Amino acid sequence: MSDSEILMRVEHLVKHFPVMRSRYLLFSYQAGAVKAVDDISFTLRRGETLGLVGESGCGKSTTGRAILQLHKPTSGHVFFEGTDLVGLKKEQMRRMRRKMQLIFQDPYASLNPRMTVQEIIGEPLLVHQIAPEKEIEERVKSLLKLVGLNPAFAKRYPHEFSGGQRQRIGVARALALQPSLIVCDEPISALDVSIQAQVVNLLEDLQKEFNLTYLFIAHDLSMIRHISNRVAVMYLGVIVELTGRSELYKNPLHPYTQALLSAVPVPDPTVEEKRHRIILEGDVPSPVNPPSGCRFRTRCPLAKEICAEQRPEFREVGPDHWVACHLV
Amino acid sequence: MANILTVEGLETQFKTQDGTVHAVNGVSFVLKEGETLGIVGESGCGKSVTMMSMMRLIPMPPGKVVAGLALFQGRDLLSMSDAEVRSVRGSQITFIFQDPMTSFNPVLTIGRQLAEPAEIHLNMTKKQAYDRAAEMLALVGIPKPKDRLDDFPHQFSGGMRQRAMIAMSLVCTPQILIADEPTTALDVTIQAQIVELVKGLRDKLGMAIIWITHDLGIIAGLADRVGVMYAGYIIEEAAVKDLYREPAHPYTIGLLGSLPRLDETSNRRLTSIDGLPPVLMAKPTYCPFAPRCRYAYERCWKENPALVTIDTNHRTACWIDTKTGRPR
Repeated sequence: MSDSEILMRVEHLVKHFPVMRSRYLLFSYQAGAVKAVDDISFTLRRGETLGLVGESGCGKSTTGRAILQLHKPTSGHVFFEGTDLVGLKKEQMRRMRRKMQLIFQDPYASLNPRMTVQEIIGEPLLVHQIAPEKEIEERVKSLLKLVGLNPAFAKRYPHEFSGGQRQRIGVARALALQPSLIVCDEPISALDVSIQAQVVNLLEDLQKEFNLTYLFIAHDLSMIRHISNRVAVMYLGVIVELTGRSELYKNPLHPYTQALLSAVPVPDPTVEEKRHRIILEGDVPSPVNPPSGCRFRTRCPLAKEICAEQRPEFREVGPDHWVACHLV
Repeated sequence: MANILTVEGLETQFKTQDGTVHAVNGVSFVLKEGETLGIVGESGCGKSVTMMSMMRLIPMPPGKVVAGLALFQGRDLLSMSDAEVRSVRGSQITFIFQDPMTSFNPVLTIGRQLAEPAEIHLNMTKKQAYDRAAEMLALVGIPKPKDRLDDFPHQFSGGMRQRAMIAMSLVCTPQILIADEPTTALDVTIQAQIVELVKGLRDKLGMAIIWITHDLGIIAGLADRVGVMYAGYIIEEAAVKDLYREPAHPYTIGLLGSLPRLDETSNRRLTSIDGLPPVLMAKPTYCPFAPRCRYAYERCWKENPALVTIDTNHRTACWIDTKTGRPR
C-alpha cells in the first residue's frame, strides 16, 4: 500500500503509568508501572473507520490519547502523514493537532458548563486563528446545522441539552477545525439505544461528506461491527487480533476474540437458542503485574506451556489478518 | 401455571421543585411461577420505579404510590404493614441491583452481609447462618467460599461482587428474584458468566425472575415473556419469540431497528427514532409516543391507547395496526 493511503502509522507504542510509593512519607520512588499500552503497532488508512474494541481497562482509551500525544508515550513512534508526533515540540504539536480531534464518552463532563455552545464550538477556531472573530458566529451556526441542531441554540448552555444533543455539540466542536482524523472515545456508550443510532448515523454521514478517518473506540462489539471497516481487539494493553470487519466476525482466530464474540447477546431469541457460548473463567489480571508470555494465557481455554514462556509475535497469518497467538 | 404475582394499575409520582413527575402511569402485569419476565426500556421509562414501588422501596416523600395493587400469593404488598413487607422482602422476593459496589455495605464483611437474611428470616444461629452463607457462595461459583467470608466487598472484583450479590439474594430460596440491570456495569465476558449463572440457578431452584434491562440482546436469550416500557406505561407485552419476530408497537419496532447486530451481514443504515422521550410532568392524555411516531394520526393526539390483546400472549397499546399501517 502506498504511503499516501496511510494517514497514521503507529509503531511499537508503549505507555506505562508509574506507580509511586514513598518511604517515611519523604522519599518517593517508582514501585512499578501500570502497563496500560504495551507495544502495539497498527496503521490507519485514509477515510476508514478502525474499530478498537476491548473490555474496561484493556488500554483502548489510553491508546487513543497516546496517539494524539495527550498522554506522552513512554516509547514508540506515531507517524501522522509522515511526521513523527513523538518528540515534537509543544508549538509544533499544537499545529498538528488541528488535524486530529477527539470526541469524548461523557457528554456531561466534556463540555464546560460555564460556556455557551457558541463559545465551546468557537474556541478551537479562535485558538488556531482559523477564522476572524466576526466570522466565527456564522461558522458555529453552520456547524450546528451540520450536526442537526438548531443554530438558534448557539447562545444556550450545555445543561439545557439532552445527552444526545450534547454529544452532537461535541461532534461539532471536533469538526470545527476540519480535521482529517477523529478519535471517537466511546462516543455513544452513555446514550440510550434509540439515541445511539441517531449519533452513529450522524458520524457515518459526516465521514462520507468530509472523508474523515475515525479511530472508533468502544466495548460494544455489535456497534463496532456496524461502523468499522477494520477492527482491532485489545486485551490487557496489547492488540491480539486485527483484521477486516467481516473477516473478524466470520473467522476470528484468537481465542480471546472468539470468546468475546460468543459472549455478545444477539437480539433474536431463535438465534440465541442455538448459540454456543465460550464462558471465560475469572477476571482480567492487573495491568501492573500482567502474566508472563501471552497476556491472555491465564484465562485461555487452550493455553500451553509455550504461552507462559514467550510473548506471541503479532504476525500476519492471512491477507490483512494479524494475530498474536502461538496456537494459530 | 399459577400466577405468583399480579400487578394492577400501579401509579407512582414524585413531588419535585418543578412539579409532580408522573413516573409510572398505570402498569399491569402478571408473573407466573418459575417464569422469567423481561422488562425493557430506556432510562427514565419507569422500569425500576415500578419494581421499587411494588416492593415499597420508594422513599416517601418525595415519592408516592397513588394507585394500584400488587398481589403476591393473594396478599396486596401495597397495603401490608411495614413489618409484613419486611418479612416478604429479602426472603420470598429478593433484589439484585445494577451496581454491586454500592449495594454492599463497605464496612461489613461479605460473610456478615450474607448471613444477615438467614438470621432474620430463617431464625438461624450465627454459626448456621455463616455456614449457609458459605454454601451460597459456593453455589454461585466463588472458589474457597469459607475463606472469602471474612473479605470486605472491595476485595472482590466487579464480577465476583455481583456473584456475591446473587448469593445473598438466594439465601432464603426466594420465589421471585428481581434483577435490576444486574450486568450493565460489567464487561461482556463477565456479563456472559453472570447470565449463564442465573440461568443455571433458575433451572436448579425454580424461582421466577423479573429481569430489568435496556439491552434487548440479553433478554432475547433469557426471558420467556417481555414487557416493553415507555413513559411509565407497558406499551407492548409478548412471548419473547413473538416480540422479536413480530413487534407490533412502533416504539418496539424502532428500538429493534436501531440495534446493530453481531450477525448482521448487509451494511444497512440504523433506523433511529427521532426526538427524545417525554418529560413526564403531567400524566399523558394522548399517546406518549405520538411525537416520535411515524404512524401517528389524529386519534393518537387525542386519546391514550390502552394495552389490548392482538394475538395469544401478545398485547400492545397502539391505535395503529403496524402490519397494515391502518388504524385498528
